[in-house]
Amino acid sequence: MSVLDFSPAPDAAPARQRVLAHGRTEFRLLVRNGEQLLLALVIPLGILGLGRFGGGRFGTLAVLAPSVLALAIWSSGFTSVAIATGFERRYGVLERLAATPLGKSGLLAGKMLAVVAVVVGQLVVLAAVAVVLGWRPHPTALSLLAALLVAVLAVGTFVGLALALAGRLRAEATLGLANLIYVVLLVGGGLVVPVGRYPSALQPVVETLPTAALGAELRAAALGQALAWPVLVLLVWLVVAALLARKGFRWTA
Amino acid sequence: MNIREPAALVVDAVSVGFGDRLVLDTLTLQAQPAALTAVLGPNGAGKTTLVRCCTGLVTPDSGRVSVLGHRPGSAAAAARVGLMPQSTGAWSGIRAGELLRYLASLYANPQPWSALVDRLGLRPFLDTPYRRLSGGQQQSVNLAGALIGRPELVFLDEPTAGMDPHARRATWEVLRELRAAGVAIVLTTHAMDEAEALADAVYIVDGGRVVVAGTVPELTRGGSSLEEVFLAHTRVRAA
Repeated sequence: MSVLDFSPAPDAAPARQRVLAHGRTEFRLLVRNGEQLLLALVIPLGILGLGRFGGGRFGTLAVLAPSVLALAIWSSGFTSVAIATGFERRYGVLERLAATPLGKSGLLAGKMLAVVAVVVGQLVVLAAVAVVLGWRPHPTALSLLAALLVAVLAVGTFVGLALALAGRLRAEATLGLANLIYVVLLVGGGLVVPVGRYPSALQPVVETLPTAALGAELRAAALGQALAWPVLVLLVWLVVAALLARKGFRWTA
Repeated sequence: MNIREPAALVVDAVSVGFGDRLVLDTLTLQAQPAALTAVLGPNGAGKTTLVRCCTGLVTPDSGRVSVLGHRPGSAAAAARVGLMPQSTGAWSGIRAGELLRYLASLYANPQPWSALVDRLGLRPFLDTPYRRLSGGQQQSVNLAGALIGRPELVFLDEPTAGMDPHARRATWEVLRELRAAGVAIVLTTHAMDEAEALADAVYIVDGGRVVVAGTVPELTRGGSSLEEVFLAHTRVRAA
């Protein structure tokens, strides 16, 4: 057995190893959390079930399935990250890890890796279930590429907004507000309900929301279309979110 | 107190204000390799802000901090420093063993994991989620986390708070071994007996300033205990 030796021999592991280790740890913690699982899978699966067995009252799978994929990205990119980060800040996790070789940038990179892994897992499960329930998308290479680009921009935007919120407010306030924003934009943010179904006076406002941009692009992609405006909307939001997170984030409670 | 070079930690006339409140006021101290430096002060004296200046989480308004010759928070400094924060410092749902394996993976030459676990008595609760550990067990895990990267300089913020007397004495023994191995230790504590038993240098801080400093024999030369010296030089604050 190796012997304990307290003589100093400090050296950081390679950056890739550090970021992967952090990503793996956050991923495990996210998927073990029951509340996160509710947001990530149970609610989206429930909406898919309503689409399949609701007799058309809640919309068809052609609209609901891509909308649910958008919802999954929204819940994991924004709500889960905001709540988890708020408590990491409160519990001193961020303070401790910022003082390790992981550092602030490694912590953010690892966190992003964990979110991407969760989102990919969600999309695979939800898309497979939707297909089993009868969803038959008709994407083209271009529409898939546009959807992928918008999904990446959306994850970056949502994580940035989540960090801006969690880095500023108390953990309990973040928990409440992140859930409230989740529900408000789920219903009124063009995420699950297409923008065209909102009152005409509201449509120009809803179209500027990042959730609406994501929902519209994924629904269009399933029909083989690629839209340009969601890319522009999300690019603007990504810059805004990054600036807000950079300016407002505090590592300590 | 003699100042030796090169010090592991140099805090030179550091001031930090939050709004109208001056938290650190031209605070100056040093910590040497192979020595335990105790920073004593009442609640609100600025000890936690001092540690945050040394880990790069708070940027001083004026003054200079040098951590092993590097800027606080820089990659070169972070790789060589161990931190045991005062607050919990871990995800509530992570298992103790999982946390330590993760922290070990951030370093190229971590302590042999199993040996450190046995030395600090962590094995019985390695599979317990952090939130279910007692306060003393959490402190032991945090201490292991601070030492796992074989640091040159460790910051220990109230390291024995919540520990039972056995665990406390065992921790003191670990700190003595660290010092003997050449590690620079910066310890913030309210426990006067801890400082008296362990410290090579003591800085008593109040209102963000060092109000008195010296070795324990120097500070207690007039026959006063360290606690009496502390009480004589610090003020009571409203809770």
